[in-house]
Amino acid sequence: MVQLSCSDIQLNFGGVRALSGVSFEVMRGEIFAIIGPNGAGKSSMLNCISGLYHPQQGKVIYEDQDVTRLPPFERTKLGMARSFQNIALFKGMSVIDNLMIGRHLHQHSGLISGGLYYGPAQAEETKHREYCEEIIEFLEIQSIRKSIVGTLAYGFQKRVELARALALEPKLLLLDEPMAGMNLEETEDMVRFILDTNEARGITIIMIEHDMGVVMDISNSVCVLDFGKKIAGGTPEQVQQDPNVIKAYLGDEDLEGL
Amino acid sequence: MRCGDFKTSYSADMTIFESNSARVMLGLFLCLLFSLPLYTPGYLLDIVNRIGIAVIGAIGLNILTGFTGQISLGNAAFMAIGAFSSGYFGTKFGMPFYLCIPLAGLTTAFFGMFVGIPSLRIKGLYLAMATLAAHFIVEFLIVKWESVTGGVAGLSIPAPKLGSFAFDTDVRLFFLIFVITVMAVLFAKNLFRTKVGKAFVAIRDQAISAEVMGVNILKYKLLSFGISSFYVGVAGALMAYQAKIISPETFPVTVAIDYLGMIIIGGLGSILGSIYGAVFITLLPELLRLSTSALAGSFPLLVAKLAAMKELIFGLIVVIFILFEPAGMASRWHSIKSYWKLYPFSH
Repeated sequence: MVQLSCSDIQLNFGGVRALSGVSFEVMRGEIFAIIGPNGAGKSSMLNCISGLYHPQQGKVIYEDQDVTRLPPFERTKLGMARSFQNIALFKGMSVIDNLMIGRHLHQHSGLISGGLYYGPAQAEETKHREYCEEIIEFLEIQSIRKSIVGTLAYGFQKRVELARALALEPKLLLLDEPMAGMNLEETEDMVRFILDTNEARGITIIMIEHDMGVVMDISNSVCVLDFGKKIAGGTPEQVQQDPNVIKAYLGDEDLEGL
Repeated sequence: MRCGDFKTSYSADMTIFESNSARVMLGLFLCLLFSLPLYTPGYLLDIVNRIGIAVIGAIGLNILTGFTGQISLGNAAFMAIGAFSSGYFGTKFGMPFYLCIPLAGLTTAFFGMFVGIPSLRIKGLYLAMATLAAHFIVEFLIVKWESVTGGVAGLSIPAPKLGSFAFDTDVRLFFLIFVITVMAVLFAKNLFRTKVGKAFVAIRDQAISAEVMGVNILKYKLLSFGISSFYVGVAGALMAYQAKIISPETFPVTVAIDYLGMIIIGGLGSILGSIYGAVFITLLPELLRLSTSALAGSFPLLVAKLAAMKELIFGLIVVIFILFEPAGMASRWHSIKSYWKLYPFSH
């Protein structure tokens, strides 16, 4: 069943065309990878889905609802969550507080009840803290839960960002280069967490990734972008065989012969 | 002797105080605080009262600038609005102080939110300029709107009365001010361990990802302006009761600078820091006065230069703090505390 469908997305920045006529469909429960060379428009595509950019043309349909014009926080309410390529955590807050922001939409205590911290507000706070602790355990970051995020190592920050997105209880998770800048061991950990997220929590995942080994291993389908256009799509095997993809990544065979 | 933190429930982990001994210490401190009038002479109690008011104002400014990251130079104006509206409600409608103070807070909050509207578009220095403009507009209004504010002559504020009991001495005002101060501190402390307060900090740290996490930026920025101004307005109302006569000159722009100094020296984004900063900046001129009068015999010229010295030393201290302890006195206190926490068994 289709969970998200993008049709004929066109995005311009002034005269620069970042995306033109990109269409694809993401099935519920799959791991969908967007790949392509640098500057292909992958992050722009993700920003169109999460609402940070609004495409000039085309439609983003999420769970049978047109969300093309909705602001980011409205899409978050519908069950979308994302991580950023350049870590965008709340650096002055502790890990647990970063996750608690993920519970923001699920909490109902307001200004007065929060400030007085009487019964219901306290009970709510404890309840959501428990949920966050579950995620902390899931991603194995118990030892750093009270640390200030800005002081953590890069690999941990990436993991905390995934944790914060999971605290939203999303149905669709957008990951922008979750493995960027990681060593082999950290990459393997992250792949395990992504697979667990997908399988145990049943969350659909759209990810941008440059590590082809990872993409081919874990994704169910792949969309290849080059210069803002979709040049191929399908299962990892189909994409690997596609002459357009080989050309985009390795250059033109004919030219190499010269 | 403590040897570590061993919490067994999440609610125990989320309390304000880490341990029972911290609670006992605070209890002792409060007892000491509220028994101050017993052994403090009138002049010193007046300073203590000013500290209490400054604590409320500094927390207010810290909520906006330290926690939400919106720089404001409009603090003196907000204080003035609190003072004059409280005075207006009290003198024109004869309202009792327990209505005047919250109403002054609400009036200021309303005005603060209005000033906060451009904050969605403008940030940093530009917002500072916009709030500075608000300061001068308010100053102008207070001078010109004579029917409400009394103009240049100002307003004379009657002592707050509860039945036939009038808070007309420093000792009586002390209790009024510090009951409100303690409530203000507690409310702010709670605010920042629940949803709304955390949303403020998220906006300060990463506005874009806060929005992606579902935080409605405009709503929470305005809320922050509102709460902050409420605090500052209450501080202004109390200041009016303490000063008894308020005029446009009671709230010059240097008051706003003083408050910024308080939260920078005390610690941006820290309730405890607001308290330290308020105590420090309020005591600073008094300490200078004491030290110069002690030296008056040998250096008579020094006393004459007192006013200029105050500004100089104030500036110097702010610079020293920015250089050596940008996180303020609160963070220094925190590191001292954590050093001694497990003493002598720190490993």
